[in-house]
Amino acid sequence: MAAPTTTAPPTSPTSPTPPPARPGRRAGRALAAATSVLGELLLTAGALLLLFVAWQLWWTDVVADREQAVVTTALQEGWAAAPATTVPPATDPAAASAPPPALAAPAEGEAFAVVHVPRFGAGWQPRPVVEGTSADDLEAGVGHYPGTALPGEVGNAAFAGHRNTYGRPFHEIAELEPGDPVVVETAEGWFVYRATTAEVVRPRDVDVVAPVPGDPTAVPTERLLTLTACHPVGSARERYVQHAALDRFVPRAAGVPPELAGTAGAAPTAPTSPGAAA
Amino acid sequence: MSLYGALWRVLPGPTAVRLLLAALLVAGVVAVCFTWVFPAVAPSVPWNSSTVDGTAGG
Repeated sequence: MAAPTTTAPPTSPTSPTPPPARPGRRAGRALAAATSVLGELLLTAGALLLLFVAWQLWWTDVVADREQAVVTTALQEGWAAAPATTVPPATDPAAASAPPPALAAPAEGEAFAVVHVPRFGAGWQPRPVVEGTSADDLEAGVGHYPGTALPGEVGNAAFAGHRNTYGRPFHEIAELEPGDPVVVETAEGWFVYRATTAEVVRPRDVDVVAPVPGDPTAVPTERLLTLTACHPVGSARERYVQHAALDRFVPRAAGVPPELAGTAGAAPTAPTSPGAAA
Repeated sequence: MSLYGALWRVLPGPTAVRLLLAALLVAGVVAVCFTWVFPAVAPSVPWNSSTVDGTAGG
């Protein structure tokens, strides 16, 4: 290419040797170029895989934490602004023995409750409970198994949550100990459940969310709550299942239950909810 | 001859401008992956299931 400007042509008569070497060199160059491109493609694929891992393990948490916090705050502010009418404002302690109020059946995908788990620490944000357990539902919060009892009902209210990724609401589920409170907040107030037993089951063991866990044909008499998450962490081989039983119902007018003192869950409601004594 | 070498030669301007454009391209690829590609691929990976119905990938 640069021949016109050089002095090479005049001296070329003495150099006929380069042409025979060219075919081999050309093939070598082509091979080197192909190898180089292949190497670049492999490096790119590796970088994209690492990027996917970063997205899955980090970014889905960032997005889900942010979106779920917005939903939780909106729910709690709505409940605080429009106190439930089905519970008399002046609630005496004797009312604690009365059956808790029934919830209206939520639509698929609707966020209708907020779950608080003080054992998960002050850094754990309360999570919205969404009707349904599709992948979309579980990205929006904790999913309520359709057809299972609603919070406070006789039977078994079952929630599924991610152990990892998408905000990983149940990451610390295995740290729950018997007696630990699991509080489900709704428009009416707080359903305070206490953790009972935990088990690890196979993914198809649906009996754990039956009205009477482990006995699908039995008629329920207790008000139970069951949380499910994947197990072990980062795997889908098994499911971690935590059962809980209703301890009591705290109407909204009675204020934030003491179980939530010092958790992130009490903070958003304390300034706005009527009668919050925290 | 290389893909990224060719890309670098295609980018216009001095080195500083090329660096900026290259960074923008990388950011664009990351944004497209995070917004559309990875969410579409995620249901196919096996490590997210947390329900006991054995079907939902969550």
